[in-house]
Amino acid sequence: MSSVAFEDRRSAALSVTELASRIQGTLEADFGEVWVVGEISGLRAPASGHLYFTLKDDTSQLRGVMFRGYARLLRFQPEDGLAVLIKGRVSLYSARGDLQVYAATMEPRGLGEQQLALEQLKAKLAAEGLFATERKRPLPFFPRCVGVVTTLGGAAIHDILTILHGRCPYTRVIVRPTQVQGAGAGVEIAAGIHDLNEHGQAEVIIIGRGGGSREDLNAFNEEVVARAIADSSLPVIAAVGHEIDLSIADLVADHRAPTPTAAAEIVVPVWTDLSSQVAGNARALASTMQRYIGDSHGRVDRLAERMRDPQRQIDALRERLRVSVLRLRTAFQRKNEYARAQVQDLAATLNSLSPLAVLGRGYSLTRTVPGNTLVTTAANLTRGDQVRLTFAHGEATARIEEVAK
Amino acid sequence: MEIPADKKFEDGLQDLEGLVEKLDAGDLPLEAALQAFEDGVVLVRFLEDKLTEVEKRVEVLTRDNSGMFHTQSLETDAEANEEEDA
Repeated sequence: MSSVAFEDRRSAALSVTELASRIQGTLEADFGEVWVVGEISGLRAPASGHLYFTLKDDTSQLRGVMFRGYARLLRFQPEDGLAVLIKGRVSLYSARGDLQVYAATMEPRGLGEQQLALEQLKAKLAAEGLFATERKRPLPFFPRCVGVVTTLGGAAIHDILTILHGRCPYTRVIVRPTQVQGAGAGVEIAAGIHDLNEHGQAEVIIIGRGGGSREDLNAFNEEVVARAIADSSLPVIAAVGHEIDLSIADLVADHRAPTPTAAAEIVVPVWTDLSSQVAGNARALASTMQRYIGDSHGRVDRLAERMRDPQRQIDALRERLRVSVLRLRTAFQRKNEYARAQVQDLAATLNSLSPLAVLGRGYSLTRTVPGNTLVTTAANLTRGDQVRLTFAHGEATARIEEVAK
Repeated sequence: MEIPADKKFEDGLQDLEGLVEKLDAGDLPLEAALQAFEDGVVLVRFLEDKLTEVEKRVEVLTRDNSGMFHTQSLETDAEANEEEDA
């Protein structure tokens, strides 16, 4: 190596920036796309939206950053202690001389990314009370109009219409067509729920799709759908058609049906049942009224019968009166006869005691005329007085000739 | 009896059952019984109307650029007519 050459190299010394730039170039050539597994620690998420963290394993650690544009696409919340798989590049942050992993994607290890995101979203919505039983609204008993948010091409709409019209032919159905899978499906479903609310004619909304793989149901796990269901003033039935895993839509919805068919079954009653219920009530009304009238007739009849009672009472009284009079008369007669007998007895007795009886022995009574006073003393008489003599049989009138003193 | 047009079917049905029960108890004065019967007849008519008032329709709800809703009859196997209301 010549000194000239050495001098040349000395004169060709790099500036720090040049060196840093060359290191950057080398790193990016060799580590332009790396996959690295590590645990997140020291996570910072400032307002800028970039994520800063340290990625480490048992013995080593590297600085990591994920810029806003990528961080926004994350479907889960990175957190300290979480093991992640990162795809990115390695480069030098020349302003600080820091070697950093620039993450483009990040997914959790262990739990699948979607699963973790789902669990995290579930936990968040549950904490907000969106799944609470007391939020569940009752379904209308007999909705005249049912709104359906689903794809027009699927089996779901066919099943729903078949059941609805089988059970309840007089139900209006408004379908708000949406994608149910793929990018943007969640936003569309949410918009469909909003539209049916705003349109204002449906009384209840069914959202759903036929069965699919777990991934096919992603749209029904999106937060925007959960929010739309929670915000809906119309009750929402989720019919996501996956009986094993409950989607978030199932959890937020007011009612959950295992399939679109089942949703259609719970949303309307069987029309013919209602119809016969009304008819039965109409018959009951008529027959009850008839019975009421019949009963009333009976009552009137009974009352009319009771109204004749006073006459009967008078008759009875009259009869009693007659009997009483009869008894009174009999009693009186009996008493009368008794009295008469008594009088006769007394008369006989009296007769036996009568002084007149003495007359039978030849005595006579002398009474003055007039005066009819019994004369017991001759001195009371004077010559010429008339007297009446009473004998045991008959009387006679006499004139006094002489009074012996 | 005037029945408001927005009265719910199930409420009407409940009212009707209530009237039948009241009549059935038989202790209503005649005037009230007649009134109950007449109300019941009105309710029956109302409920029958309710049962058939909506014609079977399947519509698709769309929105135009100005935010106006449109419903268009959905072509199904059974029916293939088209109509539009704004």
